[in-house]
This record gives sequence, C-alpha cells and structure tokens, in this order.
Amino acid sequence: MTVTVLLPLLVLWPLAAGLLALLLPRGAGTTLLVASAGNLGLALALAADVATTGGGGHSVGGWAVPLGIALRADGLSALLVLVTALVLPLIALHATAAYADAERRYFAALLLLFVTALNGLFLAGDLFNLYVTLELLGLSAVALAALGGSPAALLASLRYLLATLTGSLAYLLGVALLYRAAGTLDLLALAGQGPGLPGGALAFALMVAGLLLKAAVFPLHFWLPPAHANATPPVSAALSALAVKAPLYLLLRLWLTVFDGAWPLVAELLAAIGAAGVLWCSVQALLQTRAKLLVAYSTVAQLGYLVLAIALVPVAGATAYGAFALLLVSHVLAKAGLFLAVGNLARRARHDRIDGFERVVQHMPLSASAIALAGVSLMGLPPSGGFSGKWLLLQAAIAAGDWWLVAVALTGGLLAAVYIFKLIEHTFGGSDRPEATPLPRRMEWAAFTLAGAAVLLGFLAQPMLALLGGVP
Amino acid sequence: MNENALLPVLVLASSLLPGVIIFFLPEGAVRLRSALNLAGASVKLLLVAVMLWGVSRGVTYAVSFPLLPGLDFSLRADPLALLFVTLSAQLWFLTTIYAIGYLEDSPNRARFFGFFSLCVTATVGVAMAGNLLTFLLFYELLTLSTYPLVVHRETARARAAGNRYLAYTIAGGAALLLGTAWLYAETGTLTFTPRGFLDGSDAPAPVLAAIFFLLVAGVGVKAALVPLHGWLPRAMVAPAPVSALLHAVAVVKAGAFGIIRVVYDVFGVEYAAELGVMDALAAVAAFTIIYGSLRALAQDDLKRRLAFSTVSQVSYIALGVAIVGPLASIGGIVHLVHQGLMKITLFFCAGNYAETLGLHKVSQLDGVGRRMPLTTAAFTVAALGMIGLPPMAGFISKWYLGLGALEAGATWAVVVLAGSSALNAAYFLPILHRAWFRPATGAWSPRPAGARAETTLALLLPPVITAVLVVLAGLLAAVPYSPQEWATLVVRREFYAQ
Amino acid sequence: MTAATLYAILGGLLFCLAFHALVVAGHPLRRLLAVNVMGSSVFLVLVAGAAPGDPLPQALVITGIVVAVAATALGLNLLLRLAAPPADDTTAAGEAGE
Repeated sequence: MTVTVLLPLLVLWPLAAGLLALLLPRGAGTTLLVASAGNLGLALALAADVATTGGGGHSVGGWAVPLGIALRADGLSALLVLVTALVLPLIALHATAAYADAERRYFAALLLLFVTALNGLFLAGDLFNLYVTLELLGLSAVALAALGGSPAALLASLRYLLATLTGSLAYLLGVALLYRAAGTLDLLALAGQGPGLPGGALAFALMVAGLLLKAAVFPLHFWLPPAHANATPPVSAALSALAVKAPLYLLLRLWLTVFDGAWPLVAELLAAIGAAGVLWCSVQALLQTRAKLLVAYSTVAQLGYLVLAIALVPVAGATAYGAFALLLVSHVLAKAGLFLAVGNLARRARHDRIDGFERVVQHMPLSASAIALAGVSLMGLPPSGGFSGKWLLLQAAIAAGDWWLVAVALTGGLLAAVYIFKLIEHTFGGSDRPEATPLPRRMEWAAFTLAGAAVLLGFLAQPMLALLGGVP
Repeated sequence: MNENALLPVLVLASSLLPGVIIFFLPEGAVRLRSALNLAGASVKLLLVAVMLWGVSRGVTYAVSFPLLPGLDFSLRADPLALLFVTLSAQLWFLTTIYAIGYLEDSPNRARFFGFFSLCVTATVGVAMAGNLLTFLLFYELLTLSTYPLVVHRETARARAAGNRYLAYTIAGGAALLLGTAWLYAETGTLTFTPRGFLDGSDAPAPVLAAIFFLLVAGVGVKAALVPLHGWLPRAMVAPAPVSALLHAVAVVKAGAFGIIRVVYDVFGVEYAAELGVMDALAAVAAFTIIYGSLRALAQDDLKRRLAFSTVSQVSYIALGVAIVGPLASIGGIVHLVHQGLMKITLFFCAGNYAETLGLHKVSQLDGVGRRMPLTTAAFTVAALGMIGLPPMAGFISKWYLGLGALEAGATWAVVVLAGSSALNAAYFLPILHRAWFRPATGAWSPRPAGARAETTLALLLPPVITAVLVVLAGLLAAVPYSPQEWATLVVRREFYAQ
Repeated sequence: MTAATLYAILGGLLFCLAFHALVVAGHPLRRLLAVNVMGSSVFLVLVAGAAPGDPLPQALVITGIVVAVAATALGLNLLLRLAAPPADDTTAAGEAGE
C-alpha cells in the first residue's frame, strides 16, 4: 500500500468504525477490536513505508494546497501513529471486559473517534487541520473522561473541557495571526517563515501557551489529576498515554518547522517549566494516598521530561530529538500499563487507597508485575525504554552544558523511585478474602503486555531511532 | 551466532529461563520448581566449566548488539569475568539446595525462587559485562531483583529494611549513571579495556577524578564502603539464603567487582595512581576495614555480627585494588572468591542455628557444638579463615595483601591488616569458645525422630561443602585453576604492562 | 487605520475580556459563555485578516463555528448532568459488575 492510500485510510478507518460502533448497540465490542486490529495493520504498513522511503504526502481528494487537506508522514509521525495503534488494541481488550454492554458502545465509539483525531493530528500537514483534530481530540477525551458518570468525574471533565477549549482557542488565535501575516496555512509552505513574519512572535506565544495548557504542562496542569484519576481505568490509560502527548508533538513540530527553532528564550523557558514540572509534580505524586492520583501526578511529572527534551533540540539536535521520541513512546506504554494495572487492583479492592492494596494483590500477580515493570520504565532504570530515553536526555544536556538539567533529570528519577516503590511496596503482602470475584484474565494481561513492552523497548531503541530519522 | 557468541548468552539464559518459568508455576509445584532450579544451576556450572577451559586456552567468548547510539550491549567472558562467574555459579548451586531446605513449607516460594534466579542472572551479567553501560544495566537489575528477596517476609521490619536498601542502592545507581553518562560524553567510549582507556585521553584530570568518585560511590554502595554501608546490617532481616547470597555472591561482590573494573579496565591502575585517587580509595577502604570490625564486636545478633564482618572484609578487596602493585592486586582479587566461600559458610551455619534450634544471638550459642557438631565445625573452619589462619583460604588473601603492601611501601596497610586480623579474632574466637567449650544453658530441641543428621541434609551439606572448599582453596592455592592461580593469571595478563 | 485592523484589534480585546471572565467567573455556565465569546473573538480576527474574496478564512470560520457548537453542547450536557442527574441513567452506572 502506498502512502497515497494509507494516509487517508488511517483517518477514515477509525472514523467509520467509531460511527459503526455507535449504530450497533451489541456489536460495539467486536467493532472496536476489529477496528483496532485494522488500525494496527495500517500503522505497520505506514511505518514500513516511511522506513524505506523516508516519508511522503497526500492531498485528500486531489485538492492541492492551499484549499485542500494535506496529509504528511515522516519518521516521527509514523512512529506516533504506530505507538497509538499498538496501545489501542490492548486498551480495547481491557475495556471489553471492564465495561458492560451499554457503556461499551459509547466507550468504543468515543475511543475510535479519539484515535481518528490522533491519527489525523499526527498526519496533518497544515495548521487549520491541526486545529480541527486538536478539537476533536479534546472533545472525545472530555466525553471519555465523563463516562464514569460520578459527580467527581463530571466536574473534572467540565474543568477539562474548559481548559482544553481555552487552549484550542489560544492556538486558533495564533493561527489567525499567522494567516494574516503569511497568507497560507500549509506547514511546508510556512517552514522557516515564522520568525520573520509580523506578529509571528505573538502568534507563537499564543500557540505555545494554548498547547501547554492542553498538554497539562506545569504550571498549567491543574485540570489533569482530577480528570485522569476520576475516569475509568481504560480511559485514564488512553488519556494519560496519548491525549496529552499530541499537543507536545505539535509544539515540537511548530517550533522546529514553522519557527525554525528560533528564540533561545523559548528554550530557556521550556527548560525551566519542564524542570519545575518534573520536580514539583514528582513531589506531589509521592504525597498522594490514592493510587490513581499518584499515577496522574506522575504523568505530569513525566511530561516535564518531554518538555526538557524539546527545549534541548535546537542545541543538541538528534540526541535530544531521539530522547523526546524514546521518552514519549516509553511513557505511552508504561503509563497505559500502569493505569490499567492500578485500575485492576482498585476494582478488586473497591477503592484505590494505596495502603489497602496488600489485601487484594495476592491473586493478581500479573497486575502487580505490570506495576513493577511500568515502574522500572518510569523510574528510568535499565533495561527499559525510559532508561534509553533518560540516557539520551542526559547526553543532550551534557552536550549543551546544562548541568542543572542533568541534576533535575537524576533527581526526578530518584523521586520517581520513591513514589513507584511506594506503590510496589504495597504489592507485597496480605491475603485476599476468598469470595471476591476474580478479574477477567485479559484485563491483567493487557496491563502486563503494555508494561512489558515499555521494558522491551529498552532493547529496541536503535530500530526505533532508525525509523525516527533525523531532525526535521 | 557462532558458539563463541552463544555461550555467554546461554550462561545468562540458564538462570533467566528457569526464573521466568517459575514465576508462572503454581505455588504448590514444589518438585517441578526444585527440579528446574537445580537443572538450571547444573547447566550453568557446566557451561562455566566449558568457558573456563576455553578462556585458559585463549578463546574469546563475546556477544554484542547495538543498544544506544554509539553504545553496544556487550558481554565478554574475559578471565576476570570468569573468576566472578565461576564463584557465582558454584555458590548459586549450593544456595539453591540450601534455600529449598530452608524455606520448606513457607509461603511465596514461587516468588522467592523466581527473583532468586533473576538475581543470579543479574550477577552473572555484571560479571560478563563488556562495557560500563552493560555493567550498569545488570547492576540496576540486581537492585531490582534483590529488593523482593529482602522484603520477602513482608513484616514491617522487612519493609523498612527494603526501603532503606532501595534508598541506598538507587541513589548509588544514580551516581553510577551520572558517572557513566559523563564519561561517555567526555570520551565517547565505555568499553572495558585491559589497563584502562583513559590514559592519554584529552579529558581534563579534575573531570576524570570527579568521574572516578562518582563511579566508585555508585558501586561502593553495594560494596558497603563506609559511609555507604548502612543498608547492609538492616538487610539481615531477610531469610538466611538471601543473606548468604547477598553477602557472599551477589550484591556485595558485584560492588567490589565494580571497583575492580573501574580501576583496572576503565582508568588503568597506574593512571588512577597518577590521578591521585588511589590514596582516597585506600583511606576509605582502610577505615571501613577497621570500622566494620569494631561494629561487629558490639553485635550480639549473629547475623548482624556477620554483616559488619562483611562490611569490613569486602574492603580488603578495595584495599588490594587501591595499593598499586601486582601482589596487592592478586590479594584483593582472590579475596573476592575466598571471602565469598568463607562468608557463605558462616551464613549457612547461622541459618542452620536459627532454623533448627531457633538461635539468633551469639549469647545463645553456648554448647551448640555438641548438638550440631558438623555445622559448628564448618563455622569454625570459616571463622579461622576469616582471621587469616593457614591453611584456610583467608590466609592466602592476607598473605598476598601484606606482601603487596610491603612491595608498594605502604606499611600502614600492613598495620591495618594485622589490626583487622586481631579484631576478627576478637569477635570470632569467643563464638567458637562458647560453642565448643561452654556447657549448654538449656536443653536443645532434640533431633526429629529418625533423622540421621543434626539437621536436614539440604541445610547441612552446603556449609560443609563450602567449608571444605575454604580449606582446599588455601591448601591447593598453587594448583592451576585454583582461585589464587586464576587471580594471578588475571593480574599478569590484564592489569600491568608486561 | 483600516476597518480590518480595527476589527482585528477589537477581536483581540474581546478575547482578553472573555479570558478574564473565564478565569474570574464562578458559575460554570458563565465560564462556558466566556469560552463562546472567546471563540467568536477569534473568528472575528480570522475574518478581519481576510483579503476580499478569499474563501479560506470563511471556510475556517464556518468550521470553527461548528466545532464551537459541538463543544458548547457537550459542555451544557455535562452541566445538566451535574445539576440534575437523570434517574435511570445507564451511562452513570460506572463499571460492570460492581
């Protein structure tokens, strides 16, 4: 399959499947699983294609820019589409066991729309389509977060909605300013133009602010912990793993392509908030008594690392770019696995207080192992994708001479060890009351597979970096 | 993959595969689990024997694949690696037998043996690592796989000990990571090279000295150099097989092994001396030797006394490394093996006392020699070895260390060694006296009906075997393939300019 | 100053005003309205920047309005559920089997 067919299919397939799931009350679960498998196949084909040809583009419907919709794939896009496609079937597997029929339909439909938005975002070639996919992503994420139905979940989703809309509108305002100045919205056409445009700096500032809010980067992270902690486990997994990564990807793309990595002040600011996010949110994580909140704060802390990597790209080039990709992919896998595993334990225990986990963990060794494996990657201990990413981040920071970033990265790892082992400590012990109903096996296997993949990524860093290619 | 690349992988797999399988076995599958454990241990011994023979003839066993840009995952079975691998393989085999007997009828054995196997895999990986990155990888894996063993009993004390263990080892790991990353950024390579690769590099000397301290601090946590030793006595709350493994083979030796690798294969001992860092290492080692022995004197709990003794004795290795000279190097490196054999014997015996008679304190050991003569005999042999009496292995190590110190003109080190021997005598001889020459204070629990030996065979045989090995390692030190001869081979081939 | 520039500046001012309202307002309905006004202000800037006869900004604004409508609908629905949860709401049942 050539890129010409693959790119639009990657957007249309999950979209069609999502609508189908909505229309089929009882076939939703199957639709979701089949759609995930299909999506995975398409993503693999795209990755293979990009690996050999280095990327390509397609104008949907034959309409060329500036009127048409341009889809483009390069190493980073293909990688992100692939990792989304890898996580989706496992979350789907978990969810089909976790949800009853009625919610399953809505979950399936919303998750597929969520994936449509993600694929569209990673493959979009112009600024406005990025806005549309960002909005679709945000809205489907909010709806997913609200699926739990509890007042806490609804309140958190409302806050999430307001935050995400504000972020998108700030981004759109930036797009509007850019269009006024440049007369085009195509990414390739705008490449390198940004700094020279009148109002370019203001536009960039607005877009960055909006994207940072959508990505819940410190100090704009207030909406994330309640939203992710009160959502159901498959939703938390999807949101923490994927929803917050897309705006960061976009930030990197914009800065490198349109704005040519200009303005060292941006790098310094990003480094500062990234560092603060890592430290502050790691501390917040280890102060939590509820497991889901701990994991949610861990997400924000880990996002800080991604921002650090972005900040280092102009100076450290391919090393920082590789660090960004590795840290992102390993976090996707590890965080999804962690949320699913913690969700399993919480479901069995009927609460998510960490110190109550001993009583249920006896019969859930897979979930406990998943927590441990995901934790290894999150702590950045070898062998894992998290370690490989951390190594590259350290090399980038040393090469840039930013020793304080080295200190931040290492301290963050130590803090992560504290809160991860706080979780793991309580997976040793106790005995279960025998009458509790066992969890469907595939819920545990889904968590374990994701966490194991995060660890395995440690050995696959080189092939992944090969797919990634050079800095655009 | 040709056979030279396959063997190191197989050595790793011989404990990794059983470990992974054991995790998925049901708790009640005792026979199958024991069979798997012993099969894996036997296979590993066999493979190690093959490699030993090959390496002594000059064959290179190595395998590598790219792990990160510019860095490979690399396993190389060089002579030094084999020293540690052989020790690990033999002692793993014996500890497996011991653990099967010790943990009979206790809960969570599947988890225990699974992590036990992972721990040995990590140790063997540390031994065979061909560059600092692979070393770091297995070193951290060792931390992760030993934590569940420390908290195995799941009591509050065990958890607290586990947390303390983590605090030290993860912080140490961060120091090691920083040193490694910095070293790579400065020099672009991390491969272990005989006589080091830093001599003549254009990295500034203060930077290299800082990297040295970071690396040594990182491995020094596991090697229990003072003041990084705090985790060790608390970790005694773990079951005896764990204490035996941690203190004789895995964790502590991995740290000491790391010091050896850093000094000889990264910096090169002569360059390290030029940098001036050897004096600091020697001072820390000497202080640890004396401090550990003094603390041991004050302990009544037997395992804690042995723990502080370990703190003291492992620094002999560091001291041997820090004194620049072939004889001292031989003494330090061979003590890696000798101390392992002696200490594991002592811990096996301590476990026997605890498991069979419920004895945990030195003050309870009066007259135990009559009830458990073989165990106490093994304990005696090992204790005399620690003091340094011939013909035990400990004497050989101290002899070489002393000679090496004199050769290098470091007479103060001889004083330290002598003082340490005296202290060792002070805290071991009273135990021996109590066990053999004092009457028992109460009645011992009798032997189980029909038992021919003083305790179960699985608990009795390992310490007896290791005690015999302690004597043999000393008596037959000049025989080829003895630890001492192999250490000489390592030092002559690898560490000093011909 | 041309009309276009005036409208653009007005749009920017409106954006700031609405953002201020978003941050300061207590009731979620007010916040939702503030976001709506923010949206409108961005559309104003978009249109103000358009050259005469340029179809692209108009297409963008129409798309934006549709998105805003959908988002507002979602927000209102959430508000309604929060204010008065429906009695037999199946989607509020949470996870299966509990």
